[in-house]
Amino acid sequence: MPMQPASTEIASRTAAIVNELKGLEGPLLPILHELQEEFGHVPQAALPVIADGLNLSRAEVHGVVTFYHDFRAQPAGRHVLKLCQAEACQSMGSEAVAAKVKQLLGIDFHETARDGSVTLEPVYCLGLCACSPSAMLDGEVIGRLDDEKIEEIVAEVRS
Amino acid sequence: MNIKADFPTLIEEIDYGTPESRAEKQVTLTVDGRSITVPEGTSIMRAAMEGGVEIPKLCATDMLDSFGSCRVCLVEIEGRAGTPASCTTPVAEGIVVRTQSDRLDAIRRGVMELYVSDHPTGWNEKAGTGASEFDAVAKSVGLTENRYGVEGRNHVKEDGVAPGHGSLAVDYIARDESNPYFTYDPAQCIVCSRCVRACEEVQGTFALTIEGRGFESRMVAGMHEDFIASECVSCGACVQACPTDALREKTVLEKGIPERSAVTTCAYCGVGCSFKAEVKGDEVIRMMPYKDGKANHGHSCVKGRFAYGYATHKDRILKPMVREKITDPWHEVSWEEAIAHTAKEFRRIQYQYGRGAIGGITSSRCTNEETYLVQKLVRQGFRNNNVDTCARVCHSPTGYGLGQTYGTSAGTQDFDSVEFTDVAIIIGANPVSAHPVFASRLKKRLRQGAKLIVIDPRRTEMVKSAHVEADYHLPLKPGTNVAILTALAHVIVTEGLFDEAFIRERCDWAEFQDWASFVALPENSPETVGKLSGVDPEAIRGAARLYAKGGNGAIYYGLGVTEHSQGSTTVMAIANLAMATGNIGRPGVGVNPLRGQNNVQGSCDMGSFPHELPGYRHISGEAVRDIYESLWGVKLDEEPGLRIPNMLDAAVDGSFKGIYIQGEDILQSDPDTKHVAAGLAAMECVVVHDLFLNETANYAHVFLPGSTFLEKDGTFTNAERRINMVREVLEPKARYADWEATQELARAIGLDWNYTHPSQIMDEIAKTTPSFAGVSFELLDRVGSVQWPCNEKAPLGTPIMHVDGFVRGKGKFIRTEYVATDERTGPRYPLLLTTGRILSQYNVGAQTRRTENVAWHAEDRLEIHPHDAENRGIRDGDWVRLASRSGETTLRALITDRVSPGVVYTTFHHPDTQANVITTDFSDWATNCPEYKVTAVQVAPSNGPTEWQREYTEQARQSRRIAPLEAAE
Repeated sequence: MPMQPASTEIASRTAAIVNELKGLEGPLLPILHELQEEFGHVPQAALPVIADGLNLSRAEVHGVVTFYHDFRAQPAGRHVLKLCQAEACQSMGSEAVAAKVKQLLGIDFHETARDGSVTLEPVYCLGLCACSPSAMLDGEVIGRLDDEKIEEIVAEVRS
Repeated sequence: MNIKADFPTLIEEIDYGTPESRAEKQVTLTVDGRSITVPEGTSIMRAAMEGGVEIPKLCATDMLDSFGSCRVCLVEIEGRAGTPASCTTPVAEGIVVRTQSDRLDAIRRGVMELYVSDHPTGWNEKAGTGASEFDAVAKSVGLTENRYGVEGRNHVKEDGVAPGHGSLAVDYIARDESNPYFTYDPAQCIVCSRCVRACEEVQGTFALTIEGRGFESRMVAGMHEDFIASECVSCGACVQACPTDALREKTVLEKGIPERSAVTTCAYCGVGCSFKAEVKGDEVIRMMPYKDGKANHGHSCVKGRFAYGYATHKDRILKPMVREKITDPWHEVSWEEAIAHTAKEFRRIQYQYGRGAIGGITSSRCTNEETYLVQKLVRQGFRNNNVDTCARVCHSPTGYGLGQTYGTSAGTQDFDSVEFTDVAIIIGANPVSAHPVFASRLKKRLRQGAKLIVIDPRRTEMVKSAHVEADYHLPLKPGTNVAILTALAHVIVTEGLFDEAFIRERCDWAEFQDWASFVALPENSPETVGKLSGVDPEAIRGAARLYAKGGNGAIYYGLGVTEHSQGSTTVMAIANLAMATGNIGRPGVGVNPLRGQNNVQGSCDMGSFPHELPGYRHISGEAVRDIYESLWGVKLDEEPGLRIPNMLDAAVDGSFKGIYIQGEDILQSDPDTKHVAAGLAAMECVVVHDLFLNETANYAHVFLPGSTFLEKDGTFTNAERRINMVREVLEPKARYADWEATQELARAIGLDWNYTHPSQIMDEIAKTTPSFAGVSFELLDRVGSVQWPCNEKAPLGTPIMHVDGFVRGKGKFIRTEYVATDERTGPRYPLLLTTGRILSQYNVGAQTRRTENVAWHAEDRLEIHPHDAENRGIRDGDWVRLASRSGETTLRALITDRVSPGVVYTTFHHPDTQANVITTDFSDWATNCPEYKVTAVQVAPSNGPTEWQREYTEQARQSRRIAPLEAAE
């Protein structure tokens, strides 16, 4: 697992990012993206620093962070695999795909493999309905999932 | 007459669902066949309610902007498709609205069925009161079934399986009981956001949010913290807004829904919020902010809303007590005995030492009627003018300064005026802590775009907090107010930013020119003043330009202005600024003292000062004395009497021997504690009339038990001169309301007083005081409240003063020369101490320390800058010794950069800290208001309490002994 940065480091790095981006119109989301880029997640210790820098309350920042599933509270595995579970994919067997992936990786949705290799997440529509069931691996979309593709994906994240 | 029979039922205020529209244009529509005319911009929901048609609703309430999330308030509009939400749809001319139809019924039932499927109601669980708005709506839509069952994922049930393992309970969150006054039960939350919006729109703290999204979304405090650990300030707005019982007062959950209520006025700060005191049996269940209250419009703070527990605290003394010497234990006696003893002692002292050897102190916490009686007792009964009030130590310079410049000793505006303010200056006040409900209203205006200038040594919450950022903060060195204000005037004059037309019309042009030539002197320039005050000259210039030219400019100030050796000069400097810029006499502008106590304005109005009869009329005026002499049948002394500090000096000198102190703790609240103690100890009959054995009572010979604001009728006058009703909701616990006790004492010394109700006292005030001529309880019952002057010219009172001209005629510009205080830092005392308040505590804390509010502020702490702390080897939380030329005390340090280097700060809420052992006896040149806000001190690490603190604690313990009752014969 990646090392968690010390809280003082989080605070100082966050303050620097806030200062750099606070002039933007609607600076909160860009700041959160930048933090996730920096730390691989949005550490909770960063939230009060953002709140102070933008004259928001901690509650407001927390509300925004938790609204977006893509902002992580914990660092993810080296790979992130998202399986679409929205209506079109469901109708094309995405639940079975999910069951198979979970079984092969030994983890459930929202979990990270113990070796830190992969984090598995559901996603609700990748805009690839014509190629259902679909997935996204480290930002790359994959359509028409079948057993063969699933095994390829699992092999890749395990490597 | 049983007064409580006047309010046998619970007052239910109408909730119109959305705020009032202030548009002038009227629109007529038809709702369920009724023709209704409302201002343009009104929601259909509100229009319907105004016409008497109630549309079911969950996410709407008239304290908040419409939101449109619950989908219960849908209506049909002829000619329009669909079923729009009535809360978010504005009225339009001629539309025909139906609020009931089979289709609407079915939709509403369907929505409620969904809500109920994830709510304890659906599980047939009793979780709340069963009397919430949610329960009422479920009933009103005729919900009888829940087709969705309760087997699915839910927020209601904890099933014993660890969360996060696919159990049904992943969404369950346990109740949060961390706030002492209310409970948050997430299982009952329907995510309507009313609490979140109340915290944002009404209170302005933004402590709540909706976490997550979709089915996972839930209201949480802070970053999913316990309420007590979050940014929540416990104002209660969320609890009031909650339509379910997810947020509910603990007292209501424990003791049930109140049965009856009366509208009354909060007895804490000078905002004077109106509340419904809701009672069950003989117990107050809760205090609910009253929407028709003109000071607070339905909002509250933690003190008024929740901190009334002191009224039933076990420390309350309910029997009169006397003792021979202050080293003796107290003996409980009957009222008759206590009163007779007091009267005998006072007469003996006057016979032995002279008529002027006794006096009285009126209370800014008691009602106008009670205050009036105490000064009447002194003038008519003691036959001298030795009467003073605690306003001496807070806002006496306001009375003097505004009296000199404008002609009235009071603020110029109503609180509603802030809604029209474009630039606010806050000087020496932290309304977020001391006047929270006003702070909420100001913050709302700031969020609408008004500008803010803060002049304060500390970086208060008004300088920077969520959604608040002062445009200018002038962090001046304590004691340099006059210099800074004169520098602002310098910029306004030299840069030609003054309002010549206003000055020529309303003021004396020659006086203005004299003043202008004075402020224009180079020693008053920002550059010179910047050096002595430590403020950036450019910030002074910027602030002056903003105030002069930024539109409606309003000045709000507190004790940081008055409690200085130049307090009166500072008030005059403020008055000058407002006149020079034409910011007087209309909504949005003015000079507004933020009064500390509930009735400090009233106690001043009622003739509590030794030189003034009610209505600020000098005692030397023969015509004024005539009024009272003919009514009271005595000759009044035409010489002003002694002020509090003079009484104490005279006591030490041996010429002042007896005092009647109603509802004030001078030992703790007045400066230079040791001097006060010496003065009290030198007296022969000290009578303390209070709820508790306060610190002053350690030196008392007679103790008369007081009554709380819940136990009497009367009026309080708030900072905006508003006379508000106080109503008796409980019988006086100690038999007499305070006015009755004073009357008993007056009779015992031979006065023929026969008041049977406080309304008769107000009638006497009205009869003798021109500015109160139109005031009566009958009028107040009818219209709610009035702002004085209330007389023939203004039968319903005067919201804004000096509209067409100053009360004194022409506004008077007065030169304000800066004179540094004699209290200076030096090598031995290099730091400046300034004092203030915190939100959860009030004044000397006699009341709030006896409530659950101690959860927030259990002790006074010394704020010190990290730089000064490091130099002295002080770490956060360490005990430190705080020493001045007057004395020393110890308390724990709080290291923060809210204070500048060289400045330390503390509160004075706790008697064991005794911050006033430190403060000096320097005072305002004009009014003797003590200089609390500047004391040169040194701070050093310490091991614990000082000898004085230990001795004091021991003496207080000894002094509070009450002898066991002897067996009855």
